[in-house]
Amino acid sequence: MSRNPRSGMADRQQARAPVFAALGDETRLLLVAKLCGGQPHSISQLTRGSKLTRQAITKHLRVLERVGVVRSVRVGRESRFQFDPRPIERMKQYLDFVSEQWDQALSRLKSFVEK
Amino acid sequence: MDNGIEKRIELAAPVSRVWRALTDYREFGEWFRVKLDGPFVAGKVSRGHITYPGYEHVKWEAVVQKMEPERLFSFTWHPYPADPKIDYSKETTTLVEFRLEKTATGTLLVVTESGFDKIPSGRRLEAFRMNEGGWAEQMKNIERHVAKPS
Repeated sequence: MSRNPRSGMADRQQARAPVFAALGDETRLLLVAKLCGGQPHSISQLTRGSKLTRQAITKHLRVLERVGVVRSVRVGRESRFQFDPRPIERMKQYLDFVSEQWDQALSRLKSFVEK
Repeated sequence: MDNGIEKRIELAAPVSRVWRALTDYREFGEWFRVKLDGPFVAGKVSRGHITYPGYEHVKWEAVVQKMEPERLFSFTWHPYPADPKIDYSKETTTLVEFRLEKTATGTLLVVTESGFDKIPSGRRLEAFRMNEGGWAEQMKNIERHVAKPS
């Protein structure tokens, strides 16, 4: 198992599942792709070029907002949406952690069957 | 790559030996560091606890999916359960598959773990892992990928 502190892992695990779920959608991934440059975008900008309605795009943005991948900022009367990389970075750390666990387990398996 | 995690390892041991190390619950327990209550049976829950020093309180629970002798062993589980205070039953399980292939020198073992998400293509998930390049670049890859007509 891990050399990482367990409590840290638990925090990350709690945060992980909803982020995975939120990104499990083509439209939302595309929105994240548009926003990841760092510039806040308005709903109109995000709707442009899409077959979806403003309402549908807004709904997807709210899903991303709930898991913290996107933040909305008020500019005058308009909401703009901004990308926050932190939840996805945590997800990446988690996958790296799982990957590392497998490397360790398989190296133990190797010694076990080759002895 | 169509899975969340894929590992390939060459083992200098015959397929039958590797199969036993994977599917005999005592042997599995030795290298995986888990003490299991009983043998693996396809379709049945496997229970036990981690034996790694310091983590003995952590429970192991998996559902054995497939046992195709010397070819494929798979189970679903909650990946690396860490904290007994967390109710993992709410989380999605992942699928772990061990595939064995005979080689000139022994066995090629391919381990995949998939289903960390509902993301339809593992390639996208792989992009998130960002082994190199910055965020913007990775996201461009995703954009290109999802923009492709399906």
